[in-house]
Amino acid sequence: MHEMSIALAVVGQVEEAAERAGDVTAVRSVRLQVGELAGVVPDALSFCFELACAGTVLAGAELVTEAVPGRARCAPCAHEWLVGMPPLLSCPRCGAGTTDLLAGRELQIVSVHWEDGPAHAATREPIPEER
Amino acid sequence: MCRVVDLQQAVLAKNEQSAYTLRAELAARGTAVVNLLSSPGSGKTALLERELVLARERSVPVAALTADLATENDATRLARSGVPVKQILTDGLCHLEADMLGRHLDGWPPGAARLLFVENVGNLVCPASYDLGETLRVVLASVTEGEDKPLKYPTAFGLAHLVVVTKTDIAEAVAFDEATFRANVEQVNPGVEVLLTSARAGVGVGALLDRALAAADGAPVHTPVMARRPHRHTHDHADGTGAMAPSGS
Repeated sequence: MHEMSIALAVVGQVEEAAERAGDVTAVRSVRLQVGELAGVVPDALSFCFELACAGTVLAGAELVTEAVPGRARCAPCAHEWLVGMPPLLSCPRCGAGTTDLLAGRELQIVSVHWEDGPAHAATREPIPEER
Repeated sequence: MCRVVDLQQAVLAKNEQSAYTLRAELAARGTAVVNLLSSPGSGKTALLERELVLARERSVPVAALTADLATENDATRLARSGVPVKQILTDGLCHLEADMLGRHLDGWPPGAARLLFVENVGNLVCPASYDLGETLRVVLASVTEGEDKPLKYPTAFGLAHLVVVTKTDIAEAVAFDEATFRANVEQVNPGVEVLLTSARAGVGVGALLDRALAAADGAPVHTPVMARRPHRHTHDHADGTGAMAPSGS
């Protein structure tokens, strides 16, 4: 169960992006692509995500996962197929093993939906360390 | 203001960046990592013991790092070979990450190791997602585990550079169907080599060491279909500077 490590990585990357943006007050949702062959269970990830968000700017954020089916293309004969689970990665038409995996390994943060303040947010409350 | 921001960042980009750096640092020291993955009880440690002893007999400098949730039993066993051995305790974590491995390689192993064997946590799910900067990823399964193991754990077997069958000395007793196992490996990882070994009988021990040394010397390693990146444009910036284009407000 490495979904907690994955959830922490997602939260860390969104926090960094929010810091770079400078004036993010809350994160509403995070959209994540999860490939069929990424080795991650979306339900377990959602559970861990909620815990990983606690106490961060992502607190209460929703994780929206998009499942991406595995798709492959045979290099010699150009046949394309859905690899299924367990995946079939040699060509079902010509038998060749030189396959290109077109999709299915994604574990990608697509976008973030957040609230931000005015462009020059000089009016925020100082955090305790700054007082 | 509500805003949707495109991030397009790979979640594992940080680990991949760390693995890339670690691979380069180790290469500069003349060391190649062999990452050993299997389920618990497949015989990783027994086979590794034989590999270390053989390497020592052949005067090939090697070292081994073994990861477990708890106990130093494996390090104690491996240390009997006389090569440098270190235990990583993950305190319950189910896999190793490149940064964790890197933290144990500051000034270690002593001297120049040609090969560094890393015995990952016994688990065929989580470790599969983490590149440790290895030159060769070996996925092992024993003859007692069932011929359909590669289909049950397609990510692990699908990303292997080399598949190793262990405990072949008891293959007949447990009616291991080698042809079916090979066909299942081929389904998820076309073209990967399957090596038959027995730590007890000393079968395949030299062949595995030869494969590892060849990879360390730069011989081409099998590229699994699953490891081939699709040719499309993405914004994977491992340093966290992913493109941020507001797409709405």
